[in-house]
Amino acid sequence: MIGLLKRDLTLALRAGGGFGLSLAFFLIFTALVPFGIGPETGRLAEIAAGLLWHGALLACLLSLDRIFQLDWEDGTLDLIATSPLPLEAAAALKALAHWLTTGLPLVAAAPILGLLLNLPGPANPWLVASLLAGTPALSAIGTFGAALTVGIKRGGLLLSLLVLPLYVPTLIFGALTATRGAQGLDATTPLVLTAGITLGACAILPFAAAAALRVNLR
Amino acid sequence: MTSIWEYANPRRFMVASGTLLPWITGIAALCLIGGLIWGFFFTPDDFRQGSTVKIIYLHVPAAIMAVNAWMMMLVTSLIWVIRRHHVSALAAKAAAPVGMVFTLIALFTGAVWGQPMWGTWWEWDPRLTSILILFLFYLGYMALWEAIDNPDQAADLTAVLCLVGSVFAVLSRYALVFWNQGLHQGATLSLDAEQNIADVFWYPLITVLAGFGFLFLALVLFRTRTEIRARRIKALITQEQMT
Amino acid sequence: MVLTVTNLACARGPAQVLAGLSFSLKAGEALILRGPNGSGKTTLLRTLAGLTPPITGTITHAEGAIAYGAHADGLKTQLTVAENLTFWANIFGVRDISAAITTFALAPLADRPAGELSAGQKRRLSLARLLVTGRPIWALDEPTVSLDTENTARFAVAVNAHLAQGGSAIIATHIDLGLPGARSLEITPFIAKGMPAHDPFAGAEPFSGADL
Repeated sequence: MIGLLKRDLTLALRAGGGFGLSLAFFLIFTALVPFGIGPETGRLAEIAAGLLWHGALLACLLSLDRIFQLDWEDGTLDLIATSPLPLEAAAALKALAHWLTTGLPLVAAAPILGLLLNLPGPANPWLVASLLAGTPALSAIGTFGAALTVGIKRGGLLLSLLVLPLYVPTLIFGALTATRGAQGLDATTPLVLTAGITLGACAILPFAAAAALRVNLR
Repeated sequence: MTSIWEYANPRRFMVASGTLLPWITGIAALCLIGGLIWGFFFTPDDFRQGSTVKIIYLHVPAAIMAVNAWMMMLVTSLIWVIRRHHVSALAAKAAAPVGMVFTLIALFTGAVWGQPMWGTWWEWDPRLTSILILFLFYLGYMALWEAIDNPDQAADLTAVLCLVGSVFAVLSRYALVFWNQGLHQGATLSLDAEQNIADVFWYPLITVLAGFGFLFLALVLFRTRTEIRARRIKALITQEQMT
Repeated sequence: MVLTVTNLACARGPAQVLAGLSFSLKAGEALILRGPNGSGKTTLLRTLAGLTPPITGTITHAEGAIAYGAHADGLKTQLTVAENLTFWANIFGVRDISAAITTFALAPLADRPAGELSAGQKRRLSLARLLVTGRPIWALDEPTVSLDTENTARFAVAVNAHLAQGGSAIIATHIDLGLPGARSLEITPFIAKGMPAHDPFAGAEPFSGADL
């Protein structure tokens, strides 16, 4: 079981694995924000928490089509499906690998990028906590979307169209946690709800993803 | 007595729907024309909202049917997943564009109603926003059907999407209420409240609502028949190409 | 019998390609699938591997008995030869990859990334994967593509050793592998292309009573 996770992490870190691209995107996204909104620090501080959530979500979205596409193209997915590893476990491990290589670095980078947007200091723990609680759901939902579209050539745009509406509840609760934190309010309730969505998504979606993979491998 | 599942056979369905369709279309037209004329011209103006309130006869049924269409897709998708009835999957496919148009009608009439009442075309109110998100779900669902060539595979994948989407649509609904309390007036129709609006508005509204329901049924039957024909053609072409 | 197939009909996409196929495979036996291009050998193997559900018919074998060797190599180009094999050994719960390495003479290549290998070397690595599955029935799709004479012989030796240990193999191939005692199955008589009989949208007569 652990072999698939180890392999995916190794592949992500090797040349051409695309590790760091999402992080770079997150940085560029954040750097471009003031050009659209204006450089006024007060205004930026007000919207920083929500924007960082948007940036993390889009950065996560960009790397989704790699989750199954490469294994599908070189025939590995066929072989995994005929191996003793249940596809449900494979989907869960893929989601975990995606989170470790994409979500976790975004969480770590968010407070640093928060400085660029003048995010108030006390907001940082809430921002990190909300991303930590919410990004696994983004990976789990994204893995499901990737499983649905794995057989479709140039399915990247369709994948975004399918996944973004599913991201709505996570985004609402996650960004609300960070924004309330930035306003100095207690944000425990939305934080718990974010974590709840993550737990639910991680429990159910690997099964849906495996069902979709089976259909696509027929 | 014949089982209801007999109609899941495309041939049976074509015969039955062919007979029913003119009647359903007739009832839909009758209810819609009658109810709308009644509602628009023979009900008094609201003491606060004036004649603007009469858009309720389009807005409320469209919003209700937009949600019901998705529920019907959920049920037909489940029937496809569990019992593998092809007509059921095609009915889900057929319902999606109809439901999507209902969300558009609800959004458009909502904007037209909101402008004079709230002074803005669009308000990020939980009710309006959830219809907007439902619209996005319809878009994704239809796009997935279009993207896949093999019809059974498309039926399976869209069914999975519909099931997962339903869960997340409900989650979004609660998330939105939590997120923004909103300006929207209370539910026009609800089961728990004794009476939300006066009888004089209620009866025409119920008539129009029935009209929208029958219109939906007629459109879905019509579109399912088209989908069945398309599947038949596809099957014949495959047969031709392979032999 | 390690594998029994009864009255099998297989599908590729919405269409049927083979029907009425029955055969069985004993331990220590090899079955060569023969048939022209596009006749449905790959479809049959995918059906046996459990990827594609059969239209009708039954396939009986022990749980997790079949090792599928697809037309695609299924290699990760950024991983080395040894890493690729170790990954599959881990997935299949096998500890030792040395037998696989020696059988296909991969030792000199063990630390090279799979992306740098030639097509024939990739094929050898892909075939070596079969040994780390530890599964008794090999279902192979054109296993000797891009192999030279020497390595084709090496592959035949590996198959013979597998059979001698009580394994079996079902191989779609056009060449003579030199497997003594291998049976051949010509699938041409079972080609039945068209829509499956149970498909409610196919069938010769028009939709009765309806305006179709």
